[in-house]
Amino acid sequence: MSTKLFTYNFIDTPIHRLSGLTKLIAFLFLTFAVMFSYDIRVVLLVMAFSLWVMRLAKIKFSQIRLMVIYVAVFLITNTVITFFFSPEEGVKIYGTRHEIFHIIGPYTLTVEQLFYQTTKLFKYASVIPLGICFLLTTNPSEFASALNGVGVHYKAAYAVSLTLRYFPDIQREYRNISLSQQARGLDISHKAKFTTRVKNALLIIIPLVFSTLDRIELISNAMDLRGFGKHRKRSWYSRKKFTKGDVFALVLSAAIFAGTICVSVFINHGRFYNPFI
Amino acid sequence: MKEYFKVTTRTIVATGLGAALFMLLFMYVKVPSPIPETSLQTAYGLGAFFAVLFGPIAGALIAFIGHALSDALQYGSPWWSWVIASGVCGFSYGLAYTKTGVEDGNFKGKSIVIFNIIQIVGNVIAWVIVAPVLDIIIYKEPVNLVFTQGIVAALMNSVTVAIIGTLLLVAYSATKTQKGSLDKE
Amino acid sequence: MSSESIIEFREFSFQYYTQARPTLHNIDLTIRKGEKILIVGPSGSGKSTLGHCLNGLIPFSYKGEIKGSLKIAGKETKELDIFQLSKMLGTVLQDPDGQFVGLTVFEDIAFALENDTIPLPEMKERVQKAAAMVDMESFGFSSPYELSGGQKQRTSLAGVLVDDVEILLFDEPLANLDPATGMAAIEIIDEIHRKTDKTIVIIEHRLEDVLHRDIDRVILMNDGRILADMDADTLMASSLLAENGIREPLYVTAMKYAGVEVTAEHCAGHIDTLKTDRIREALSAWNDAVEHPQVKPASEPLLAMENIHFSYDGEKRIINNVSFSLEKGELMAIVGRNGAGKSTLSRLISGFEKESSGTISYLGEDISGLTIKERAQKIGVVMQNPNQMISKPMIYDEVALGLRLRGVEEDEIKKRVEKVLEICGLAPFRKWPIAALSFGQRKRVTIASILALNPEVIILDEPTAGQDFRHYTQIMEFVKQINRLGVAIILITHDMHLMLEYATRAVVISGGEKIADARPSDVLTDSDVIERANLKETSLYRLSQMTGIADGTGFVQNFIDYDKKVRVHQ
Ligand SMILES: Nc1ncnc2c1ncn2[C@@H]1O[C@H](COP(=O)(O)OP(=O)(O)OP(=O)(O)O)[C@@H](O)[C@H]1O
Ligand SMILES: Nc1ncnc2c1ncn2[C@@H]1O[C@H](COP(=O)(O)OP(=O)(O)OP(=O)(O)O)[C@@H](O)[C@H]1O
Ligand SMILES: [Mg+2]
Ligand SMILES: [Mg+2]
Repeated sequence: MSTKLFTYNFIDTPIHRLSGLTKLIAFLFLTFAVMFSYDIRVVLLVMAFSLWVMRLAKIKFSQIRLMVIYVAVFLITNTVITFFFSPEEGVKIYGTRHEIFHIIGPYTLTVEQLFYQTTKLFKYASVIPLGICFLLTTNPSEFASALNGVGVHYKAAYAVSLTLRYFPDIQREYRNISLSQQARGLDISHKAKFTTRVKNALLIIIPLVFSTLDRIELISNAMDLRGFGKHRKRSWYSRKKFTKGDVFALVLSAAIFAGTICVSVFINHGRFYNPFI
Repeated sequence: MKEYFKVTTRTIVATGLGAALFMLLFMYVKVPSPIPETSLQTAYGLGAFFAVLFGPIAGALIAFIGHALSDALQYGSPWWSWVIASGVCGFSYGLAYTKTGVEDGNFKGKSIVIFNIIQIVGNVIAWVIVAPVLDIIIYKEPVNLVFTQGIVAALMNSVTVAIIGTLLLVAYSATKTQKGSLDKE
Repeated sequence: MSSESIIEFREFSFQYYTQARPTLHNIDLTIRKGEKILIVGPSGSGKSTLGHCLNGLIPFSYKGEIKGSLKIAGKETKELDIFQLSKMLGTVLQDPDGQFVGLTVFEDIAFALENDTIPLPEMKERVQKAAAMVDMESFGFSSPYELSGGQKQRTSLAGVLVDDVEILLFDEPLANLDPATGMAAIEIIDEIHRKTDKTIVIIEHRLEDVLHRDIDRVILMNDGRILADMDADTLMASSLLAENGIREPLYVTAMKYAGVEVTAEHCAGHIDTLKTDRIREALSAWNDAVEHPQVKPASEPLLAMENIHFSYDGEKRIINNVSFSLEKGELMAIVGRNGAGKSTLSRLISGFEKESSGTISYLGEDISGLTIKERAQKIGVVMQNPNQMISKPMIYDEVALGLRLRGVEEDEIKKRVEKVLEICGLAPFRKWPIAALSFGQRKRVTIASILALNPEVIILDEPTAGQDFRHYTQIMEFVKQINRLGVAIILITHDMHLMLEYATRAVVISGGEKIADARPSDVLTDSDVIERANLKETSLYRLSQMTGIADGTGFVQNFIDYDKKVRVHQ
């Protein structure tokens, strides 16, 4: 377990220099674009774009290896069970049926299904580089002010900031509690019965929760004493000034979003791109 | 009704730290259940506990933020349909706020039943209705797939909350003391 | 200082909602503008409660019943809300981690300004200024986990100073700070007091450390009442401190041992003002007369660390080639500055962390293969932060937990638990939930829960932090008692008194290395070690130098020997 939540490191790249607010808005525009569109051409374009952004931000593969593994496992599982549950989904969507070969029982591989699942796979995959770019290039300090900037109430935004602030503390505490319980005689071996495991989990969760409750008391006192929630607004120390780069990034991502919508409305007449008719 | 949605500094701090705890449990503390290949997400038990103590707003935000951030950390991006469903179930757990007498040290028989009815209804709404519908709308996932997933999730989470959530509330309630009761022996 | 009063308690009482009796009784207290006040009193006497009444947490956050009147700057506090109060009075809380809400130092300092919707340029300027006041500018972008306890405390102070309040309230600012950092904190507070003429209220157990700089008045509280309200010189001359379980400064004790009747004319409130010509003879006569006890021959090593190296992240060395051994029946201390690696050493011994090289052996056997649980059978560790050890809501269950996990029978458990509760002064609270205890009381619960397990070696990490002198003495006498039965003890502490009085040997750690391993009296009179390890010269040494006693170290050792004898007779 690392002590910092996100491995944010400042390197001087055009992406790092953008304000957090810009990055959040751009992230939202682009994810909504790929979430909305089921057109593989659009999806691949956005994906190429986000990979380019990733290169611009000098993100190294070693930073994201673990995520890539998780995502790969997730995508494969999703692909398999989608086919298992609904082998004719593609046929239903595109309205034609071109068989490739019969597998077993009700399972026949069709071109439509293949196309549908490929599109879906890329659709999911394309969101990942966007998220990674956002997370690894945004200073956690800017996160809350950015959320507030896109219209989230400042109190909710501050809650996110507190999560980022105290997650490492709680993580360390979790480890300490677990160790000190082991020293008192708690057995955490993996062979125990289900009920024992629940009990053991509770022996660690309970002190963690109670000490967190104490902390909540303390922190909310400290925040009250320094005037949190006094006004309907608040200013943010860590908000960056907008630059030309920010304007450019915002316009670009808005354009991609608008473009996606236009493609759907005027070319595809719906969310799906249908090459079969 | 107004009290349900009152947001004080304490609510905000509880949300922030609750979400951090939720993340931690969501990522690291899963108890494998007797049914193979499934595990109890203890995070939902914790979410329910916080929701009952701090209300539906805190409940919704804790599950939403906690789930979104841990998804982001693990997958690089949140899986929005499920994150929203988490928020919805956190919100519905919170409807047990002020209904259970846990703050007065009275979390017993009837309160336990009320809490569990509310949480089961909440889980069903979140996982059997909200999550699948959003999956279909946003991602066009196959209908039977998402509903099957939803039913399994609702079941697992109800069990988790029934065990972990109830036990946490009982333990917490035991520390609460009545007015003027503390005196040295 | 002006004669205008800024804080006025009149017939003020307060009772917590859950308590059966009032915690504060009929408080009458006036504090004038620009005064610097110290509030002392045993643990649980209501000092923090008084502070909460001032800053508005009572009744804003803690419910209860208030009687009487409290005026701040002429306004009745009942008619103010916490925000209005926070503009007049800034609070620095005991726990710097709770107070540090920002993700970086600058953000944290800016917190109050952000809430006041101050525009960015002005905010930056004011933050810079406040950071400069406490010397934290160069750490502006550091996160809390990269800072030492002292640096966090400085940040908290800046976060309050940024708002130009009139009154500053400190609740135990020195807890967990090493002696030199504590001294620096007192100096910063003093400097701010002199430069800005703010009214300052300090709540603190470490009387002698606060008296390092001038204090106008000391308020002594016990059981929710004010027992004394006088200047430090008069207080030293009275017997009130001893009667109420507050530790007097060591030089005052030494004067008493030498048969000096301390009066206000001695000006004993601060060592710098002490009139030494009147006590010179008595002290030197006493110094010559002290008998030395026989030095026990060294016995065999019990726990030995050999060339230990360790790093948390594989890069930064935290422990660097440390070797020392603990002998059978010994009571030794580990001291050193904040972040030196003391707690880390205890984590290595208990197996919470694994050393990267070196060996730890117990009775000559390498214990690297033993699990945490197996080590814990022999070595009990009481961690620095009590909240990380407490897992049961009720005191009794908490102390019994280790025994239950080990399968001890319930009758036996009851006997042992009752006994340690008695010893740790917790018997009156046995049915209380832990949530209703003060920090000091919680710390005692964790000590009790380890003592109940009867280990052969006990490592106590900051056992007396936040404890008042009575409980401190109680706990330490108990520790000595089990020590005499053959249990070896390691004390990790910032309290130089504790080390002087109880330890027979001290290992000094600085920057992860061992820089000294000697008698406490040698350590605390060696200016090189003192400086490198952020320790503080004992006031006894100062006293000996001021009164012309040549062998200062000898004087300190004499004091310790004499003191031990006095205690045995008590
Ligand atoms: N929130 C609370 N609810 C009920 N009782 C409380 C609460 N806080 C403190 N008390 C009780 O009030 C008494 C005084 O507590 P307080 O914290 O003021 O002591 P203190 O003098 O600051 O002690 P310490 O030196 O240990 O910090 C204690 O007996 C404590 O149990
Ligand atoms: N879990 C951890 N991960 C990484 N670094 C740590 C961890 N715990 C402590 N450190 C670092 O190790 C160093 C030594 O810490 P340690 O807690 O041993 O100091 P200490 O001597 O006990 O200080 P104090 O007197 O303030 O308690 C510090 O620089 C600290 O920041
Ligand atoms: Mg206190
Ligand atoms: Mg330490």
